[in-house]
Amino acid sequence: MSENNSNPSEHHEGPEGTAWIWKVFWILLAVTALEVALGIIKPEILLNSFLGTTILNVIFIVLTLGKAYYIVAEFMHLGHERKNFMWTITLPIVILIPYLTFILLSEGAAMNALMNQ
Amino acid sequence: MANGAVLEENTSTLWGGGRQPFGVSYGKMMMWFFLLSDALTFSGFLTAMGLYRFKYEDTWPVAENVFTHFPMLEGEQPLLFVALMTFILILSSVTMVLAVNAGHKNNHKGVVLWMGLTIVGGFMFLGSQAWEWGHFINGDKGAIQLKDNTIVYVTKVGDEDKKIISLYELVTNREKPHGDHSEISQADAIVAFGLQTQYTLLYPGKAKTTMTREEAVAAFGTSKVIQGANLRENEYGNVLFADFFFFVTGFHGTHVFSGVLLNIIVFINVLMGTYKKRGHYEMVEKVGLYWHFVDLVWVFVFTFFYLV
Repeated sequence: MSENNSNPSEHHEGPEGTAWIWKVFWILLAVTALEVALGIIKPEILLNSFLGTTILNVIFIVLTLGKAYYIVAEFMHLGHERKNFMWTITLPIVILIPYLTFILLSEGAAMNALMNQ
Repeated sequence: MANGAVLEENTSTLWGGGRQPFGVSYGKMMMWFFLLSDALTFSGFLTAMGLYRFKYEDTWPVAENVFTHFPMLEGEQPLLFVALMTFILILSSVTMVLAVNAGHKNNHKGVVLWMGLTIVGGFMFLGSQAWEWGHFINGDKGAIQLKDNTIVYVTKVGDEDKKIISLYELVTNREKPHGDHSEISQADAIVAFGLQTQYTLLYPGKAKTTMTREEAVAAFGTSKVIQGANLRENEYGNVLFADFFFFVTGFHGTHVFSGVLLNIIVFINVLMGTYKKRGHYEMVEKVGLYWHFVDLVWVFVFTFFYLV
Protein backbone atom coordinates (compact mmCIF):
# COMPACT_ATOMS: atom_id res chain seq x y z
CA MET A 1 0.00 0.00 0.00
CA SER A 2 2.73 2.45 0.94
CA GLU A 3 4.37 1.64 -2.35
CA ASN A 4 1.18 2.58 -4.11
CA ASN A 5 1.03 5.93 -2.33
CA SER A 6 4.47 6.92 -3.45
CA ASN A 7 3.67 6.16 -7.06
CA PRO A 8 2.49 9.03 -9.19
CA SER A 9 -0.81 8.90 -11.00
CA GLU A 10 -1.09 7.34 -14.41
CA HIS A 11 -0.38 10.08 -16.82
CA HIS A 12 -2.99 10.48 -19.49
CA GLU A 13 -1.23 12.17 -22.31
CA GLY A 14 -2.68 15.59 -22.88
CA PRO A 15 -1.74 17.77 -25.81
CA GLU A 16 2.01 18.25 -26.16
CA GLY A 17 3.81 21.54 -25.58
CA THR A 18 2.49 24.65 -23.94
CA ALA A 19 0.42 26.07 -26.80
CA TRP A 20 -2.83 24.67 -25.36
CA ILE A 21 -2.14 26.40 -22.03
CA TRP A 22 -1.88 29.79 -23.70
CA LYS A 23 -4.94 29.05 -25.78
CA VAL A 24 -6.98 28.49 -22.61
CA PHE A 25 -5.44 31.63 -21.11
CA TRP A 26 -6.57 33.75 -24.06
CA ILE A 27 -10.06 32.27 -23.88
CA LEU A 28 -10.33 33.07 -20.16
CA LEU A 29 -8.92 36.55 -20.69
CA ALA A 30 -11.25 37.31 -23.60
CA VAL A 31 -14.31 36.11 -21.69
CA THR A 32 -13.35 38.17 -18.63
CA ALA A 33 -12.76 41.26 -20.78
CA LEU A 34 -16.15 40.74 -22.41
CA GLU A 35 -17.82 40.45 -18.99
CA VAL A 36 -16.17 43.64 -17.73
CA ALA A 37 -17.06 45.53 -20.91
CA LEU A 38 -20.70 44.41 -20.67
CA GLY A 39 -20.71 45.28 -16.95
CA ILE A 40 -19.50 48.81 -17.62
CA ILE A 41 -21.55 49.55 -20.73
CA LYS A 42 -24.73 47.69 -19.65
CA PRO A 43 -26.41 47.82 -23.08
CA GLU A 44 -30.00 48.95 -22.70
CA ILE A 45 -31.33 46.11 -24.87
CA LEU A 46 -29.84 43.45 -22.56
CA LEU A 47 -31.63 44.80 -19.49
CA ASN A 48 -34.99 43.34 -20.54
CA SER A 49 -36.18 40.68 -18.18
CA PHE A 50 -35.56 37.07 -19.10
CA LEU A 51 -35.86 33.84 -17.05
CA GLY A 52 -36.69 35.81 -13.89
CA THR A 53 -33.70 38.12 -14.24
CA THR A 54 -32.18 40.23 -17.03
CA ILE A 55 -30.69 38.95 -20.29
CA LEU A 56 -27.40 40.51 -19.18
CA ASN A 57 -27.29 38.46 -15.98
CA VAL A 58 -28.04 35.27 -17.90
CA ILE A 59 -25.14 36.11 -20.24
CA PHE A 60 -22.86 36.68 -17.23
CA ILE A 61 -23.78 33.33 -15.70
CA VAL A 62 -23.35 31.43 -18.97
CA LEU A 63 -19.93 33.04 -19.57
CA THR A 64 -18.90 32.22 -15.99
CA LEU A 65 -19.87 28.58 -16.37
CA GLY A 66 -17.86 28.54 -19.60
CA LYS A 67 -14.81 29.86 -17.77
CA ALA A 68 -15.32 27.33 -14.98
CA TYR A 69 -15.44 24.54 -17.58
CA TYR A 70 -12.10 25.55 -19.06
CA ILE A 71 -10.41 25.88 -15.65
CA VAL A 72 -11.66 22.49 -14.41
CA ALA A 73 -11.37 20.49 -17.63
CA GLU A 74 -8.06 21.88 -18.90
CA PHE A 75 -6.11 23.54 -16.08
CA MET A 76 -7.17 20.99 -13.47
CA HIS A 77 -6.92 18.29 -16.10
CA LEU A 78 -10.21 16.68 -15.08
CA GLY A 79 -11.32 16.37 -18.68
CA HIS A 80 -8.37 14.03 -19.29
CA GLU A 81 -8.85 11.79 -16.25
CA ARG A 82 -10.74 8.50 -16.44
CA LYS A 83 -14.44 9.01 -17.08
CA ASN A 84 -15.57 7.33 -13.84
CA PHE A 85 -13.35 9.64 -11.80
CA MET A 86 -14.52 12.70 -13.71
CA TRP A 87 -18.16 11.88 -12.96
CA THR A 88 -17.41 11.07 -9.32
CA ILE A 89 -16.22 14.64 -8.87
CA THR A 90 -18.63 16.52 -11.12
CA LEU A 91 -21.95 14.80 -10.45
CA PRO A 92 -22.33 15.86 -6.77
CA ILE A 93 -21.53 19.42 -7.84
CA VAL A 94 -23.91 19.63 -10.78
CA ILE A 95 -26.74 18.05 -8.77
CA LEU A 96 -26.38 19.69 -5.34
CA ILE A 97 -25.44 23.26 -6.20
CA PRO A 98 -28.26 24.04 -8.66
CA TYR A 99 -30.66 22.36 -6.22
CA LEU A 100 -29.49 24.50 -3.29
CA THR A 101 -29.53 27.62 -5.46
CA PHE A 102 -33.09 26.92 -6.56
CA ILE A 103 -34.29 26.38 -2.98
CA LEU A 104 -32.60 29.41 -1.45
CA LEU A 105 -33.42 31.87 -4.22
CA SER A 106 -37.10 30.93 -4.33
CA GLU A 107 -37.15 31.14 -0.52
CA GLY A 108 -35.57 34.61 -0.66
CA ALA A 109 -38.10 35.79 -3.21
CA ALA A 110 -40.92 34.46 -1.02
CA MET A 111 -39.52 36.26 2.04
CA ASN A 112 -39.36 39.45 0.01
CA ALA A 113 -42.98 39.06 -1.06
CA LEU A 114 -44.06 38.45 2.56
CA MET A 115 -42.17 41.50 3.81
CA ASN A 116 -43.74 43.79 1.23
CA GLN A 117 -47.28 42.58 1.83
CA MET B 1 3.41 7.54 -16.45
CA ALA B 2 5.50 4.41 -16.78
CA ASN B 3 4.90 3.52 -13.13
CA GLY B 4 1.15 3.30 -13.56
CA ALA B 5 1.44 0.91 -16.48
CA VAL B 6 3.92 -1.33 -14.67
CA LEU B 7 1.65 -1.40 -11.67
CA GLU B 8 -1.29 -2.74 -13.67
CA GLU B 9 0.77 -5.43 -15.39
CA ASN B 10 2.21 -6.77 -12.14
CA THR B 11 -1.13 -7.13 -10.43
CA SER B 12 -2.39 -10.61 -11.06
CA THR B 13 -5.58 -10.38 -8.99
CA LEU B 14 -8.06 -7.54 -9.09
CA TRP B 15 -8.40 -7.27 -5.32
CA GLY B 16 -4.77 -7.89 -4.48
CA GLY B 17 -4.06 -4.24 -3.76
CA GLY B 18 -1.50 -2.09 -5.47
CA ARG B 19 -3.96 -0.79 -8.03
CA GLN B 20 -5.13 2.76 -8.44
CA PRO B 21 -8.91 2.51 -8.76
CA PHE B 22 -9.28 5.70 -10.78
CA GLY B 23 -5.81 5.77 -12.27
CA VAL B 24 -5.16 8.60 -9.86
CA SER B 25 -2.77 8.47 -6.91
CA TYR B 26 -4.11 8.53 -3.37
CA GLY B 27 -2.93 12.08 -2.67
CA LYS B 28 -4.37 13.52 -5.84
CA MET B 29 -7.69 11.78 -5.37
CA MET B 30 -7.99 13.05 -1.79
CA MET B 31 -7.17 16.56 -2.96
CA TRP B 32 -10.05 16.26 -5.44
CA PHE B 33 -12.45 15.07 -2.75
CA PHE B 34 -11.38 17.94 -0.50
CA LEU B 35 -11.94 20.41 -3.32
CA LEU B 36 -15.37 18.88 -3.94
CA SER B 37 -16.37 19.53 -0.32
CA ASP B 38 -14.83 22.99 -0.39
CA ALA B 39 -16.81 23.82 -3.53
CA LEU B 40 -19.98 22.92 -1.64
CA THR B 41 -18.93 25.18 1.26
CA PHE B 42 -18.39 28.12 -1.07
CA SER B 43 -21.66 27.47 -2.85
CA GLY B 44 -23.33 27.53 0.59
CA PHE B 45 -21.98 31.03 1.22
CA LEU B 46 -22.80 32.35 -2.22
CA THR B 47 -26.33 30.94 -2.28
CA ALA B 48 -26.96 32.26 1.26
CA MET B 49 -25.99 35.66 -0.09
CA GLY B 50 -28.43 35.08 -2.94
CA LEU B 51 -31.19 34.36 -0.41
CA TYR B 52 -30.72 37.69 1.39
CA ARG B 53 -30.16 39.55 -1.80
CA PHE B 54 -33.52 38.35 -3.06
CA LYS B 55 -35.12 39.11 0.30
CA TYR B 56 -33.74 42.67 0.59
CA GLU B 57 -33.81 43.40 -3.11
CA ASP B 58 -34.79 47.04 -2.50
CA THR B 59 -31.89 48.02 -0.24
CA TRP B 60 -29.19 45.72 -1.66
CA PRO B 61 -26.33 47.87 -3.00
CA VAL B 62 -25.33 47.63 -6.65
CA ALA B 63 -21.71 46.43 -6.42
CA GLU B 64 -20.53 48.61 -9.29
CA ASN B 65 -21.56 51.67 -7.26
CA VAL B 66 -19.59 50.37 -4.30
CA PHE B 67 -16.27 49.35 -5.81
CA THR B 68 -15.59 52.32 -8.04
CA HIS B 69 -12.00 53.23 -7.35
CA PHE B 70 -8.64 52.33 -8.75
CA PRO B 71 -5.37 53.09 -6.93
CA MET B 72 -3.73 56.34 -8.12
CA LEU B 73 -6.60 57.12 -10.49
CA GLU B 74 -9.02 60.01 -9.95
CA GLY B 75 -12.73 59.64 -10.51
CA GLU B 76 -14.98 56.61 -10.72
CA GLN B 77 -13.75 53.44 -12.40
CA PRO B 78 -16.38 50.78 -11.76
CA LEU B 79 -15.24 47.14 -12.09
CA LEU B 80 -11.76 48.04 -13.31
CA PHE B 81 -9.88 47.09 -10.16
CA VAL B 82 -11.68 43.74 -9.71
CA ALA B 83 -11.02 43.03 -13.37
CA LEU B 84 -7.32 43.53 -12.67
CA MET B 85 -7.51 41.18 -9.67
CA THR B 86 -9.22 38.56 -11.85
CA PHE B 87 -6.51 38.98 -14.47
CA ILE B 88 -3.74 38.51 -11.85
CA LEU B 89 -5.36 35.32 -10.57
CA ILE B 90 -5.92 33.86 -14.05
CA LEU B 91 -2.31 34.64 -14.95
CA SER B 92 -1.02 32.94 -11.79
CA SER B 93 -3.17 29.94 -12.69
CA VAL B 94 -1.46 29.83 -16.08
CA THR B 95 2.01 29.94 -14.52
CA MET B 96 0.89 27.09 -12.26
CA VAL B 97 -0.12 24.93 -15.26
CA LEU B 98 3.23 25.74 -16.84
CA ALA B 99 4.96 24.58 -13.62
CA VAL B 100 3.01 21.31 -13.65
CA ASN B 101 3.80 20.91 -17.34
CA ALA B 102 7.52 21.44 -16.68
CA GLY B 103 7.25 18.89 -13.84
CA HIS B 104 5.94 16.23 -16.22
CA LYS B 105 9.05 16.73 -18.34
CA ASN B 106 11.26 16.65 -15.19
CA ASN B 107 12.41 20.13 -16.16
CA HIS B 108 13.73 21.32 -12.80
CA LYS B 109 14.53 24.90 -13.85
CA GLY B 110 11.13 25.31 -15.48
CA VAL B 111 9.33 24.24 -12.29
CA VAL B 112 11.40 26.70 -10.22
CA LEU B 113 10.67 29.59 -12.60
CA TRP B 114 6.93 29.02 -12.99
CA MET B 115 6.24 28.17 -9.35
CA GLY B 116 8.15 31.27 -8.30
CA LEU B 117 5.99 33.42 -10.59
CA THR B 118 2.83 31.75 -9.25
CA ILE B 119 3.81 32.75 -5.71
CA VAL B 120 4.44 36.34 -6.85
CA GLY B 121 0.98 36.37 -8.45
CA GLY B 122 -0.55 35.12 -5.21
CA PHE B 123 1.02 37.92 -3.21
CA MET B 124 -0.11 40.49 -5.79
CA PHE B 125 -3.67 39.25 -5.48
CA LEU B 126 -3.55 39.37 -1.67
CA GLY B 127 -2.20 42.92 -1.79
CA SER B 128 -5.00 43.97 -4.15
CA GLN B 129 -7.57 42.42 -1.89
CA ALA B 130 -6.15 44.25 1.13
CA TRP B 131 -6.48 47.52 -0.80
CA GLU B 132 -10.07 46.67 -1.76
CA TRP B 133 -10.96 45.88 1.86
CA GLY B 134 -9.33 49.09 3.05
CA HIS B 135 -11.35 51.09 0.56
CA PHE B 136 -14.59 49.37 1.54
CA ILE B 137 -13.94 49.81 5.29
CA ASN B 138 -13.01 53.50 4.96
CA GLY B 139 -15.98 54.23 2.75
CA ASP B 140 -16.48 56.77 0.04
CA LYS B 141 -19.10 59.52 0.22
CA GLY B 142 -20.72 58.68 3.55
CA ALA B 143 -24.42 58.18 4.21
CA ILE B 144 -27.21 58.83 6.68
CA GLN B 145 -28.86 55.94 8.50
CA LEU B 146 -32.48 56.67 9.36
CA LYS B 147 -34.22 55.46 12.51
CA ASP B 148 -35.60 52.40 10.68
CA ASN B 149 -32.02 51.54 9.53
CA THR B 150 -32.63 52.66 5.94
CA ILE B 151 -29.52 54.16 4.34
CA VAL B 152 -30.06 57.46 2.50
CA TYR B 153 -27.74 59.90 0.77
CA VAL B 154 -27.46 63.68 0.59
CA THR B 155 -28.41 65.15 -2.77
CA LYS B 156 -29.47 68.51 -4.21
CA VAL B 157 -33.19 69.39 -4.30
CA GLY B 158 -34.45 68.96 -7.85
CA ASP B 159 -31.22 67.46 -9.20
CA GLU B 160 -32.13 65.51 -12.34
CA ASP B 161 -29.14 63.13 -12.13
CA LYS B 162 -29.68 62.49 -8.40
CA LYS B 163 -25.97 62.95 -7.82
CA ILE B 164 -24.85 61.88 -4.34
CA ILE B 165 -23.19 64.69 -2.35
CA SER B 166 -20.45 63.48 -0.02
CA LEU B 167 -20.72 64.33 3.68
CA TYR B 168 -17.38 66.05 3.31
CA GLU B 169 -18.87 68.41 0.74
CA LEU B 170 -21.97 68.93 2.86
CA VAL B 171 -19.91 70.13 5.82
CA THR B 172 -17.03 71.95 4.08
CA ASN B 173 -18.68 73.06 0.81
CA ARG B 174 -15.60 71.80 -1.01
CA GLU B 175 -15.40 68.76 -3.25
CA LYS B 176 -14.03 65.73 -1.43
CA PRO B 177 -10.33 65.39 -2.24
CA HIS B 178 -9.00 62.10 -3.60
CA GLY B 179 -8.17 59.65 -0.83
CA ASP B 180 -9.57 61.78 1.97
CA HIS B 181 -10.78 59.80 5.00
CA SER B 182 -11.52 62.57 7.51
CA GLU B 183 -14.32 61.76 9.90
CA ILE B 184 -17.45 63.89 9.78
CA SER B 185 -19.12 64.37 13.14
CA GLN B 186 -22.84 63.87 13.64
CA ALA B 187 -23.31 67.40 15.02
CA ASP B 188 -21.47 69.12 12.13
CA ALA B 189 -23.54 67.21 9.57
CA ILE B 190 -26.85 68.11 11.24
CA VAL B 191 -25.94 71.80 11.50
CA ALA B 192 -24.69 71.94 7.90
CA PHE B 193 -27.77 70.16 6.60
CA GLY B 194 -30.06 72.51 8.52
CA LEU B 195 -28.37 75.62 7.15
CA GLN B 196 -28.14 74.59 3.50
CA THR B 197 -31.62 74.50 2.11
CA GLN B 198 -30.49 73.23 -1.31
CA TYR B 199 -29.98 69.72 0.08
CA THR B 200 -32.39 66.87 0.62
CA LEU B 201 -32.14 63.10 1.12
CA LEU B 202 -32.14 60.41 -1.56
CA TYR B 203 -33.22 56.79 -1.18
CA PRO B 204 -30.90 54.25 -2.83
CA GLY B 205 -32.12 51.57 -5.22
CA LYS B 206 -33.25 51.73 -8.79
CA ALA B 207 -36.22 54.05 -8.22
CA LYS B 208 -34.00 56.76 -6.63
CA THR B 209 -36.83 58.60 -4.89
CA THR B 210 -36.01 61.74 -2.91
CA MET B 211 -37.65 63.18 0.18
CA THR B 212 -39.06 66.69 0.27
CA ARG B 213 -36.86 69.19 2.07
CA GLU B 214 -39.23 69.24 5.12
CA GLU B 215 -39.26 65.44 5.41
CA ALA B 216 -35.50 65.37 5.06
CA VAL B 217 -34.88 67.91 7.82
CA ALA B 218 -37.24 66.04 10.15
CA ALA B 219 -35.61 62.68 9.35
CA PHE B 220 -32.05 64.00 9.62
CA GLY B 221 -32.48 65.04 13.25
CA THR B 222 -33.05 61.47 14.48
CA SER B 223 -30.61 59.74 12.14
CA LYS B 224 -27.01 58.67 12.31
CA VAL B 225 -24.00 59.53 10.16
CA ILE B 226 -22.35 56.47 8.60
CA GLN B 227 -18.95 56.43 6.98
CA GLY B 228 -17.55 53.24 5.53
CA ALA B 229 -18.62 49.73 6.33
CA ASN B 230 -18.07 47.09 8.97
CA LEU B 231 -20.04 44.11 10.26
CA ARG B 232 -22.64 46.34 11.97
CA GLU B 233 -23.12 49.26 9.59
CA ASN B 234 -22.66 49.87 5.89
CA GLU B 235 -22.86 53.21 4.12
CA TYR B 236 -23.59 51.53 0.79
CA GLY B 237 -26.91 49.98 1.81
CA ASN B 238 -28.06 46.85 3.58
CA VAL B 239 -25.60 45.79 6.28
CA LEU B 240 -25.83 42.14 5.18
CA PHE B 241 -24.07 43.16 1.98
CA ALA B 242 -21.04 44.17 4.05
CA ASP B 243 -21.26 40.98 6.14
CA PHE B 244 -21.29 38.79 3.05
CA PHE B 245 -18.55 40.84 1.43
CA PHE B 246 -16.24 40.32 4.40
CA PHE B 247 -17.21 36.68 4.79
CA VAL B 248 -17.10 35.51 1.19
CA THR B 249 -14.06 37.48 -0.01
CA GLY B 250 -12.40 36.87 3.37
CA PHE B 251 -12.91 33.11 3.13
CA HIS B 252 -11.62 33.19 -0.42
CA GLY B 253 -8.67 35.35 0.65
CA THR B 254 -7.86 32.82 3.38
CA HIS B 255 -7.76 30.16 0.69
CA VAL B 256 -5.45 32.29 -1.44
CA PHE B 257 -3.22 32.85 1.59
CA SER B 258 -3.02 29.18 2.50
CA GLY B 259 -2.50 28.40 -1.19
CA VAL B 260 0.48 30.74 -1.24
CA LEU B 261 1.86 29.06 1.89
CA LEU B 262 1.47 25.57 0.33
CA ASN B 263 3.09 26.85 -2.86
CA ILE B 264 6.02 28.21 -0.85
CA ILE B 265 6.49 24.87 0.96
CA VAL B 266 6.48 22.96 -2.32
CA PHE B 267 8.71 25.61 -3.91
CA ILE B 268 11.30 25.13 -1.15
CA ASN B 269 11.11 21.38 -1.71
CA VAL B 270 11.63 21.92 -5.43
CA LEU B 271 14.69 24.07 -4.68
CA MET B 272 16.06 21.39 -2.32
CA GLY B 273 15.64 18.78 -5.04
CA THR B 274 13.18 16.63 -3.06
CA TYR B 275 11.09 15.82 -6.14
CA LYS B 276 14.12 15.39 -8.37
CA LYS B 277 15.24 12.58 -6.05
CA ARG B 278 11.72 11.15 -5.97
CA GLY B 279 11.69 11.06 -9.74
CA HIS B 280 8.41 12.88 -10.27
CA TYR B 281 6.84 16.25 -9.51
CA GLU B 282 3.34 15.13 -8.56
CA MET B 283 3.37 17.29 -5.43
CA VAL B 284 3.45 20.35 -7.71
CA GLU B 285 0.39 18.94 -9.43
CA LYS B 286 -1.47 18.51 -6.12
CA VAL B 287 -0.90 22.08 -4.91
CA GLY B 288 -1.62 23.12 -8.49
CA LEU B 289 -5.10 21.61 -8.17
CA TYR B 290 -5.70 23.64 -5.01
CA TRP B 291 -4.41 26.79 -6.67
CA HIS B 292 -6.68 26.37 -9.71
CA PHE B 293 -9.59 25.82 -7.37
CA VAL B 294 -8.89 29.18 -5.72
CA ASP B 295 -8.98 30.75 -9.18
CA LEU B 296 -12.20 28.88 -9.97
CA VAL B 297 -13.90 30.19 -6.83
CA TRP B 298 -12.82 33.73 -7.66
CA VAL B 299 -14.45 33.42 -11.09
CA PHE B 300 -17.75 32.80 -9.30
CA VAL B 301 -17.21 35.45 -6.61
CA PHE B 302 -16.41 37.94 -9.38
CA THR B 303 -19.66 37.17 -11.18
CA PHE B 304 -22.03 36.91 -8.24
CA PHE B 305 -20.57 39.68 -6.14
CA TYR B 306 -19.48 42.25 -8.67
CA LEU B 307 -21.26 41.63 -11.96
CA VAL B 308 -24.76 40.23 -11.51
